[in-house]
Amino acid sequence: MELAYFLAVSVIAVLAAVAVIVSRNSVHSALFMVVNLFCVAMLYLAAEFLAVVQITVYAGAIMVLFLFVVTMLNPAKEETPNRLANRLPLAVALGLVLLVGLSLALQPRFVKVAESAQSQASQAAGGNTQMVGGLLYTQYLLPFELASLLLLVGMVAAVVLGRKRA
Amino acid sequence: MLSYAWLILLFPLVGFLYSSLLGRLLDRRSCGVVASLAVGLSFVVGLLCLSELQGLPAESRFVDLTLWTWIAAGRLALPFNILIDPLSILMVLVVTGVGFLIHVYATGYMHGDPGYPRFFALMNLFVLAMLMLVLAGNFVLLVVGWGGVGFSSYALIAFWFQKPENAAAGTKAFVMNSIGDVGMLLAAFLVFVNFGRLDYAGVFSQASQKLTYNGPVVTAICLLLLVGATAKSAQLPLHTWLPDAMAGPTPVSALIHAATMVTAGVYLIARAHPLFQMSPTAMGIIAAIGALSALFSATIALVQPNIKRVLAYSTISQLGYMFLAVGVGSYVAGMFHLVTHAFFKAVLFMAAGGVIHALGGEENLSRMGGLRRALPTMYWGFLLGALALAGFPLTAGFFSKDEIIVAAFSSEVGSPVLGAMALLVVALTGFYVFRAFFLAFHGESRVEEHVRHHMHKPGADMGAPVLVLTVLAAVGGYLNFLGGEGAMDRFLEPVFHRYATPVPYIEGAEALKEPLMLLSVCLGLLGIGTAWLMYVRYPRWAVTVGGWYPRVYRLLLNKYWIDELYGWLIVRPVLALGRFLSDAVDPAITDGVVLGAARTVRDFSSGLRALQSGFVRDYALAVLGGAVVVLIYLLQAGGVR
Amino acid sequence: MIAPVSHYLVLSGVIFTIGVLGVLVRKNPLIMFMSIELMLNSANLAFVALSYNFKNVDGQVIAFFVMTIAAAEVVVGLAIISSIFRIRVNIDVDEVSSLKG
Repeated sequence: MELAYFLAVSVIAVLAAVAVIVSRNSVHSALFMVVNLFCVAMLYLAAEFLAVVQITVYAGAIMVLFLFVVTMLNPAKEETPNRLANRLPLAVALGLVLLVGLSLALQPRFVKVAESAQSQASQAAGGNTQMVGGLLYTQYLLPFELASLLLLVGMVAAVVLGRKRA
Repeated sequence: MLSYAWLILLFPLVGFLYSSLLGRLLDRRSCGVVASLAVGLSFVVGLLCLSELQGLPAESRFVDLTLWTWIAAGRLALPFNILIDPLSILMVLVVTGVGFLIHVYATGYMHGDPGYPRFFALMNLFVLAMLMLVLAGNFVLLVVGWGGVGFSSYALIAFWFQKPENAAAGTKAFVMNSIGDVGMLLAAFLVFVNFGRLDYAGVFSQASQKLTYNGPVVTAICLLLLVGATAKSAQLPLHTWLPDAMAGPTPVSALIHAATMVTAGVYLIARAHPLFQMSPTAMGIIAAIGALSALFSATIALVQPNIKRVLAYSTISQLGYMFLAVGVGSYVAGMFHLVTHAFFKAVLFMAAGGVIHALGGEENLSRMGGLRRALPTMYWGFLLGALALAGFPLTAGFFSKDEIIVAAFSSEVGSPVLGAMALLVVALTGFYVFRAFFLAFHGESRVEEHVRHHMHKPGADMGAPVLVLTVLAAVGGYLNFLGGEGAMDRFLEPVFHRYATPVPYIEGAEALKEPLMLLSVCLGLLGIGTAWLMYVRYPRWAVTVGGWYPRVYRLLLNKYWIDELYGWLIVRPVLALGRFLSDAVDPAITDGVVLGAARTVRDFSSGLRALQSGFVRDYALAVLGGAVVVLIYLLQAGGVR
Repeated sequence: MIAPVSHYLVLSGVIFTIGVLGVLVRKNPLIMFMSIELMLNSANLAFVALSYNFKNVDGQVIAFFVMTIAAAEVVVGLAIISSIFRIRVNIDVDEVSSLKG
């Protein structure tokens, strides 16, 4: 039962992803991207905090930003002739190899399963959000602060780059 | 003991450095003075060495002076050593003595020449190299001196190189001497291989033990040395450079191509006589070459119109006499003739030079004549020199030439055939030298008008040396009588009895001396007389006789067409080979390799440059490709631990 | 988790590959950017799946940070793209090729 749920959602996710890269219209691509993000969020079953964050931040903020820029730049429907069309076979071939390779690489026999000492403790903490929050403000405090600094830098950069050339 | 002997080499070296570096900046004229002084000082030191040497007992008149260790590499331990013994001192005195006189003469002859400092620098360099050659105590130093005189000779022949013929003559001399150099080097290699050492003392003392008598090794060494000697002394077949060398200034011809450098071959054979005496084959060849060269060149000298060329062929002829002498084992006779020849040939050249200088450069006998009144010093100089050359009784040449003729008949390894050839040459010599004398100094003047009016009489700087040598040419023969007859023999005895017993004369040789002397005198007078008849008494005879045998005349005039033969046989193929290599081989191979390397690098970089297409997506593709490779590697390596 | 870890990982790999192909094949820089977001998203999926597999919350924390970084990156990237292409009619990333060797 659960497996069928998983398969259905993942199929939609994959199809949406393919649609992203195939669509001629950029707006369509952006919307298909949102679908993909939703599907992935639906697969974060034991990680509720992240699922919500994914929908709010990723699908809600980032993709909206994308749509802003897409409509601002207003691309034409027809694209200019593809100068690198002859790269296509090579790219596809490499992509397939990558797929196969990743599939093989991510098999359990390659990925050594290691029990962490923290596993018991995190189960007992009660609630996924609390667990994540607890770690975030204790063990990963420094990256947390640095990430906020990074966001600040990003904001400044966006403002600077977005200004009209004087 | 004789520790100051190295000064002999020092003075010309200093002279060379002065003239080449300082002289041309300070005072150009001083170069001549310094150069002459350098040679003169060497002469004085030579005299000092001589007196000290003669003070020693006979067996120890052999001073091997090591100046420093030159090469010490593995098996080869070569000192820079000079050898002072009667033979080398004799050569030193001849070279520096006659050299000094010629240097003084040259200060007058070369006056006003733009290359004055260069001339005297090269002259001193030559004297240095010649002294090194003569004083060398080992085969390598000999070869160094050999090459040095070859170079200075080239530079001096081509002194007026602005005229291409002069440069060509210099090159010809150098190339032919190089053939000799190769022979010398190969001989030195053979000596080292067989003896393990290269110093004279070591090699000569062990010669009889290490080499088989008349065996292939010793004959090879001797023949290779002979190649060098033949080239340097302008004997057949390597003689063609000497007549062309007359393109150089006359003092050069006098010093290098009459008195000193060309005698190096004779000296070599005398010096290395322990080796040569072990190969009768080689000795026979030496004697034969000598006699043939003497006869051959004497015939050519009969008809040459250029006065210096007559003297050049005469030099080849007289060197042939010396080769004949040492070839039959009469080293003393050969060396004696070397000394007297230096005297009278030098004075002949200097007198001829005086004439040429006075006539503003004219060298052709047909445009001379009647110069007896105008140039008395030169007249007497040439006359005495000619008499000595022809072997006129009591002159220097008479005594020395006689010794050789007697030796040719009397020596155990001598041959009547060679002796007869030598006698024939006496007659020819008398004729050709007096032909030149009469044509230049007697009869009506055929000198061109404007030349006669601007005749430049030689000064004392040219006249005095000529006078000194005139006297020497006249009485130099009496050197053999110092302290009794056979002084030369006694003087050189320590040298030639040290390592080997000299070649004896056959039984009853004593009886041949008087008849041969008489015969050679008669032949000489016959030659002189014929010349007088043909060029003074009945001048038209010369033309008539020439008309009887036009083909013979042309053959002699063109030197038996040997130059042309060499040109066709050797020069043309070599030039063709050179052209082939430069036009066909060089572009294909060397250019191919060098340019090919550059081209390969360029093509490779062009290929690599295609990767930098400027398109971001291509770079992304490359990143993906790299990631896939890493992935595959990790997969097959069993995962990341 | 409703499926074995390997299934999640394979899904992650597939979405990642699709993202790679998108970067390589499309010329529109916005689409390329979205493909990069796909790749990041697939990595997030892998992190979460493995974090549940190893019973270790660290993976989710990492995924959280990845999202933050992705946001910052998108902001800057879109600013660059809009400043390059603001006056062009057709936006084509191949035109930005002045680093050609």
